Amino acid sequence: MTVMEQRGAYRPTPPPAWQPRTDPAPLLPDAEPYRVLGTHAAAKADPDLLRRLYAHLVRGRRYNAQATALTKQGRLAVYPSSTGQEACEIAAALALEERDWLFPSYRDTLAAVARGVDPVEALTLLRGDWHTGYDPHTHRVAPLCTPLATQLPHAVGLAHAARLKGDDVVALAMVGDGGTSEGDFHEALNFAAVWQAPVVFLVQNNGFAISVPLAKQTAAPSLAHKAVGYGMPGRLVDGNDAAAVLEVLGDAVRHARTGGGPTLVEAVTYRIDAHTNADDATRYRGDTEVDTWRSHDPILLLEHELTERGLLDEDAKQAARDAAEAMAADLRERMNQDPVLNPMDLFAHVYAEPTPQLRAQQDQLRAELEAEQEGTH
Amino acid sequence: MTTVAVKPATMAQALTRAMRDAMAADPTVHVMGEDVGTLGGVFRVTDGLAKEFGEDRCTDTPLAEAGILGTAVGMAMYGLRPVVEMQFDAFAYPAFEQLISHVARMRNRTRGTMPLPITVRVPYGGGIGGVEHHSDSSEAYYMATPGLHVVTPATVADAYGLLRAAIASDDPVVFLEPKRLYWSKDSWNPDAPQTVEPIGRAVVRRSGHSATLITYGPSLPVCLEAAEAAQAEGWDLEVVDLRSLVPFDDDTVCASVRRTGRAVVVHESGGYGGPGGEIAARVTERCFHHLEAPVLRVAGFDLPYPPPMLERHHLPGVDRILDAVARLQWEAES
Repeated sequence: MTVMEQRGAYRPTPPPAWQPRTDPAPLLPDAEPYRVLGTHAAAKADPDLLRRLYAHLVRGRRYNAQATALTKQGRLAVYPSSTGQEACEIAAALALEERDWLFPSYRDTLAAVARGVDPVEALTLLRGDWHTGYDPHTHRVAPLCTPLATQLPHAVGLAHAARLKGDDVVALAMVGDGGTSEGDFHEALNFAAVWQAPVVFLVQNNGFAISVPLAKQTAAPSLAHKAVGYGMPGRLVDGNDAAAVLEVLGDAVRHARTGGGPTLVEAVTYRIDAHTNADDATRYRGDTEVDTWRSHDPILLLEHELTERGLLDEDAKQAARDAAEAMAADLRERMNQDPVLNPMDLFAHVYAEPTPQLRAQQDQLRAELEAEQEGTH
Repeated sequence: MTTVAVKPATMAQALTRAMRDAMAADPTVHVMGEDVGTLGGVFRVTDGLAKEFGEDRCTDTPLAEAGILGTAVGMAMYGLRPVVEMQFDAFAYPAFEQLISHVARMRNRTRGTMPLPITVRVPYGGGIGGVEHHSDSSEAYYMATPGLHVVTPATVADAYGLLRAAIASDDPVVFLEPKRLYWSKDSWNPDAPQTVEPIGRAVVRRSGHSATLITYGPSLPVCLEAAEAAQAEGWDLEVVDLRSLVPFDDDTVCASVRRTGRAVVVHESGGYGGPGGEIAARVTERCFHHLEAPVLRVAGFDLPYPPPMLERHHLPGVDRILDAVARLQWEAES
């Protein structure tokens, strides 16, 4: 019987009872960023781990300073500094096991270095002698990704593939607050949740997408809240509290590894430096704001905690500083050597086998180089 | 031994068979896309794959082309060999950033340490009465992107052989499927031992001595028809099927043009900035002294793809091809 035929005697049949697909309550982030340092939770933290974190942060800060200096000296084309965000960078690296994969953005060279990538190789992109200086498989660090959020679906696909193969591998993907506006952020989170892929998304909310503040980027209650719409848990954490970030990321990694699916973590932090050396931050923010964040510094917070509890003496601090200086000296020395460039490399890796068209162009460049050489003799 | 009559198979069936054979031979081959699982694809090209290999090997993804290709990149990073279906030419555009910024560049970016063996299948072209966004010829965009191979079959046998080669390739391949040929049949025998057709080789589909029609994909049958009709005018046309737009088979194309001395490039894609400009330039650069006339192009007009009731005026047809052949300066010979 059609609807028309039953006019007059129409008895509506209710559709199947509506139910939420998942209970949203457990997915919601805390009302405030989670903190460990300066709270009761700090007492439970492993002192050795905290000291290790401290040494990493000191080294990371020095790395940022050295890379910035190298840029001013013309040794790097550009450097997007993560000064002030070292807690996130270090925790992202330390939260993972060796078999896991890290998917950094262009601001995350420090995370790559903390995971074991050679500092010079990590800076290859920014020096400009090649696009990626390291074999991604060696430390399971994907190439530093410049187009925003486009590496997030890669992390999802890799994690999904690992799960299909039966490997308990987790992928951790890093993105900034600006990147959350990109379509790829949305698609990656949606795919991850639908596939229950073992992925952790770490959003470093550092307040600015170059010059644009978060208020112009989103109207969401927090970036962590976005997780709920995808059906995954969102966690909000103080991104300058290294112990808190490591704990939250560690939980998310375990959750993913044991079949719990993806998590979105928003770490609230601040970009102390300008976007890059080419940026002028005074055009869009005041010194007072920067100074406030300087006092909520990830190294100071951890140092204060460790000192208060008698876990860090002057010798340990000096040892951390010495190790950082040694790293910086090595980085300086190696970056001050001109990279060896071979223009013929331009054609070497476009395809497994160069096309006939590229082979002809390769010959052309070879001839040009030979003519150049003859001209110099 | 009895001979069983072979039931002719369609291009769509040959494509299905290619994926099926590839999946059976290599457990790392994964098919993914919109509606490719339970439904078997809107053109039924993935019909039966999910049933045979399971949904983990032939996966219905969420409806998001950048997400499909982006996750395929990650899967390839982990050693899988994804075969991605874009539902229609114009629906592939959301995936362009992934394709151009990552798929095409990853091998080069990583000095060859991270190749991406991804096949992106794209049904393309018009002539099926599709409404807006269902009939684009998008090959010029792909051709202009270094790092991609761009392949398009025009026969049922090539649909099988080239798709097998695309899936086996360690480089990303944009595999353009002429959708108006999906239901075409020819002498391909699905029961015979199958061959993989190497990528990058054009083939002469019809020999002739008067002029060369250079074409590919959906325009091949039109060119063959035009060549038959041209005989009545006294022209014996050669027809070259490019099969691969990247890499480009200069040798086969130029050998033909040097023989005939005249050439017309035929494709559905718009002429301005289209593949024909590149092909005409390549031929002119290499065969100038053999040419009796300028290399001409017969292309779709430089229009947004027309509504279906008007598309026949847009698509290169036999008459437009013959008109171009007539303009190849024959009077010089008489």
